Amino acid sequence: MCSVALLELRESGLYSAAGDFYIDPWGPVRRAIVTHAHAGHAHAGCGAYLTARGGEALVGTLAGPDAAIEAIGYGEPVALGAVRVSLHPAGHMLGSAQVRMELGGEVCVVSGDYQLAADTTCAPFEPVRCHTFVTEATFGLPIFRWPAPSDVMADLHAWWRANRDAGRTSLLFAPPLGQAQRVLAALDRAIGPVHSHETVERFNRLYRERGIALAPAGEAAGGRGALAIAPLACHGTPWEKQFGSVSTAFVSGWMRIRGTRRRRSLDRGFVLSGHADWPGLVDAIDATGAETVWVTHGYRAPLVRWLEEHGRRALSLDARWEEPDS
Amino acid sequence: MKAFAELYAALDETTRTNEKVAALTRYLSAAPAADAAWAMNFLIGRRPKRLLESRKLAQWAIEEAGVPDWLFAECYHAVGDFAETIALLLPPAVASTSLPLHYWVEERLLPLRAASDETRRAWLVAAWREMDQRQRFAWNKLITGEFRVGVSQRLVVRALAAVAGVAAEVVAHRLMGEWQPTPEFWERLLAPAAGDAAPEGESGRPYPFFLAFPVEGNVEDLGEVRDFQVEWKWDGIRAQLIRRLGRTFLWSRGEELITDRFPELEAAGALLPDGTALDGEVLPWKDGAPLPFAQMQRRIGRKALGSRILAEVPVVLMAYDLLERDGADVRAQPLEWRRAQLEALTPVSGALVLSPVVGEDSWESLRRLRQESRARKVEGFMLKRRGSPYRVGRRRGDWWKWKIEPYSVDAVLIYAQPGSGRRASLFTDYTFGIWDQGKLAPFAKAYSGLSDEEIREVDAFVRRNTVEKFGPVHAVKPELVFELAFEGIQRSSRHRSGIAVRFPRMARWRRDKKPEEADTIETVRGLVG
Repeated sequence: MCSVALLELRESGLYSAAGDFYIDPWGPVRRAIVTHAHAGHAHAGCGAYLTARGGEALVGTLAGPDAAIEAIGYGEPVALGAVRVSLHPAGHMLGSAQVRMELGGEVCVVSGDYQLAADTTCAPFEPVRCHTFVTEATFGLPIFRWPAPSDVMADLHAWWRANRDAGRTSLLFAPPLGQAQRVLAALDRAIGPVHSHETVERFNRLYRERGIALAPAGEAAGGRGALAIAPLACHGTPWEKQFGSVSTAFVSGWMRIRGTRRRRSLDRGFVLSGHADWPGLVDAIDATGAETVWVTHGYRAPLVRWLEEHGRRALSLDARWEEPDS
Repeated sequence: MKAFAELYAALDETTRTNEKVAALTRYLSAAPAADAAWAMNFLIGRRPKRLLESRKLAQWAIEEAGVPDWLFAECYHAVGDFAETIALLLPPAVASTSLPLHYWVEERLLPLRAASDETRRAWLVAAWREMDQRQRFAWNKLITGEFRVGVSQRLVVRALAAVAGVAAEVVAHRLMGEWQPTPEFWERLLAPAAGDAAPEGESGRPYPFFLAFPVEGNVEDLGEVRDFQVEWKWDGIRAQLIRRLGRTFLWSRGEELITDRFPELEAAGALLPDGTALDGEVLPWKDGAPLPFAQMQRRIGRKALGSRILAEVPVVLMAYDLLERDGADVRAQPLEWRRAQLEALTPVSGALVLSPVVGEDSWESLRRLRQESRARKVEGFMLKRRGSPYRVGRRRGDWWKWKIEPYSVDAVLIYAQPGSGRRASLFTDYTFGIWDQGKLAPFAKAYSGLSDEEIREVDAFVRRNTVEKFGPVHAVKPELVFELAFEGIQRSSRHRSGIAVRFPRMARWRRDKKPEEADTIETVRGLVG
């Protein structure tokens, strides 16, 4: 078990007393380490932010223009109080990191959110050995097993082509930061023009500034055979109307379940996620060699019970990082 | 199997009717007759009798997936669909199959019923190992018999009509009655319209029923009262009584042959001229008036009909239309012509009663008379447009049902939990679901309305058919249909269905209905004023 001085759960989130910092706090605190720039993980109003290099501009969109954001490279150790801290790639999105903390020979790693498959939009997940591993469990059930991303993209391209040939616009909904760019980077742009909704494009710009190749801004919204990518919140709004005849799809790990697609009345669902699937969670946990696992959000209870049945100490931690549309 | 699984996915992946029909047409024109016949059979909702207990299916899937029981239950809870949960949990396939649908159905699916558990398990596991996820899903759906894909029989008929190049009404008629999904039947189904005589063995084939639409707004909006023939709406079992080649056939609306349940109607049918088909309502009837429908259920529930029950609950056919006369299909004739011919035929016996025509000359006087419905043990009025033909299926415009209050909805029992007090050891508190985009969504809870005998029967059903437990609440196999009655209905953000009803209770157990015949959320929303 990780010592209370190294990491404990307080009112505002996971706190290290020995280092006097929070990780992904859900309230304003003096010092915050941010694993990635999704709402819920980076809170505005903190005194100081520490994040991985590459993600600082993205964290800035949540922390505000005047926030004090310090960025460090992956694997570069810094001392915070008595704790030696380093950040390691989590594969979730640009600049996403696991936080490694060491105090008196004891190592604890907080995963944030993570994803194991290769991806051109961010550094790949790196397993880090530790005594205590704090993991997410967004998709912590064995029904969640991702197909190969190349197969998913082939399906997506076939759908896009068929829509183009039928004179329809392909409306692809995706979480606008991380998922949208993951798809944009993998699109076969020979099929047709690509249009990003302004919310997506705002993040695209920050990705391009970090040298990640995405479809250029400003491709025709109404172009024939176009694919438009937008947040799911746009589904069913007047924004859709400009495209005339459309076919709709959503990119998410949740699309593995037929009912979640049908409830949203979408034509298609493509299973691509910024989160680890069940085999991914199990492999990642194994690779840490951790004796104790804290499970913070998602399907916590099943993963905890499964880990316990497989000889690890595990406990469920009530963090407020639920993301319904991951 | 691959093409069929792709069709299943294609139907699931669009909400556009035209695309569904196009996908069906593509598949049905390309598939070999032996496959197409089976596909059509499943798509219109026919399913094999129960092949094996879902508990065993779950057990073998759990072993193949290598997960503990409790984790399977968690997964099922997240997915909400048994066949899908298994398809998602199984490890990736190790081979692939190019065997056609009819092979899988005839050699592996139907023989499951008679096979030993050892053989069943071996066949299922072998099938799973060579099917991809889509195929497994469709395959599991065939095994569990929950084969709903968001296509109505009407859409399938439309596609079949397109493939055959004959009218949809002709195809719908050819699909009635008893047949086997063989290549021979498939050829006959798609044959040109001329050679439409039913072959030997299908000689009792009924006609597709014409179904009425409910009057939703003001009845005055339908037009003048003199444009309609008005009859009472009887509360029984809709049926066709057919006399052909010296034999009598009684068909329920669910296309079940129920002749042997009603010997008095079989006898009455024998007195009809050969080549006659009547449409009407089977009613429990005594001393010139209907008995409560609950009395009828005493008869339906029974395997053997003794002389006592026949004497206590005699039935009649309340005849209201004539579909065939002298062996000729007369459905295209105007209503008045059919009525005149029907009157000429009946009564031939006491078991055949002619549905009286209500002769009122204004909507206002009809409205007053309608208040007597409950006392007369009827459900209101049927309004049939003069001059109209006997159509196929539920069509708006010619036949209207003008039912009395209360509101009523046919819903499916989905959860049950023990009651309190004297009912503590029995499952008496029920949650009912209605169809919402192909799934049963919880709609209302009801505790009252059943007799003690019925409660014991439902209790036994719950114990045998629990698929999952959430504390005291048992999720049951969606199979039992009940008519729920309630006094008020309004929109509600607090209820998952978006609808709240006042004083719901079980008006009756609809043993004559299958779960897929329960109401949909759209219909129920239509009741909100």
